[in-house]
Amino acid sequence: MNMKTSTRQVDGVAIVDCSGRITLGEGSVILRDTVRDLLSKGQKKILLNLGEVTYIDSSGIGELVSAFTTVRNQGGELKLLNLTKKVHDLLQITKLYTVFDVKDDEAGAVKAFK
Amino acid sequence: MNDLRVSYTLDSTLETVDNAEQTAVRIAAESGFDEDAVMQISMAVREAAVNAVLHGNAYDPGKKVQLEFERRGDDLVITIRDQGKGLDLAKIPDPLAPENLLKTSGRGIFLIRSFMDEVQISPSKTGTEIKLIKHVHGSSGGDKEASQ
Repeated sequence: MNMKTSTRQVDGVAIVDCSGRITLGEGSVILRDTVRDLLSKGQKKILLNLGEVTYIDSSGIGELVSAFTTVRNQGGELKLLNLTKKVHDLLQITKLYTVFDVKDDEAGAVKAFK
Repeated sequence: MNDLRVSYTLDSTLETVDNAEQTAVRIAAESGFDEDAVMQISMAVREAAVNAVLHGNAYDPGKKVQLEFERRGDDLVITIRDQGKGLDLAKIPDPLAPENLLKTSGRGIFLIRSFMDEVQISPSKTGTEIKLIKHVHGSSGGDKEASQ
């Protein structure tokens, strides 16, 4: 299943619902373009909902890191929501789980943005 | 497990990466691995194929990737060879070091080692061979401490 994203706004936070595979090639590019597009529109509070992401490889992990640092470098915040077990385990073994701000409740995640 | 040996010669393309992963899923499942182990094996194969296609052969259409699956007793042995300049293991940073955590690449070999029971990397001037071994009754690779 190819990567798809759709974005909605909740209380000033852009929630990006991601589904499919974030892997080398198209999946990583779609995520990159989505985040860049939001930043270009001045949207700096971004919540990536990964609940429907079925697979992520090292390139996809790299893309999440890139999104995180790009948003942060522009004075924004990027948080992750609804990790599947596979993605959660990958972030654990790569020690990235504590780098990202990971949430499992959308309303709470939205409120957590400054 | 019944013994098996299959070999594929593949182009240096992204399709090769996806095909290698899908073939790994099929053979690992047929070999009796559980769902978690199938995911670990297929991800390790994917990462090794990415290394071969991108970093080894650098998408060169004149260079091929050799992919081989072999069942030996209770082991599944997967070999991926490229025709690149040879991976320099000394240049691969530790992705868990604090200064490397926010790097956007460099986790492929680490994930391979995390997910497989044994990993042998043999670089040479004519390419790199990565041998991945998973024991069908072995411990879960994802639970062990990675060596890199």
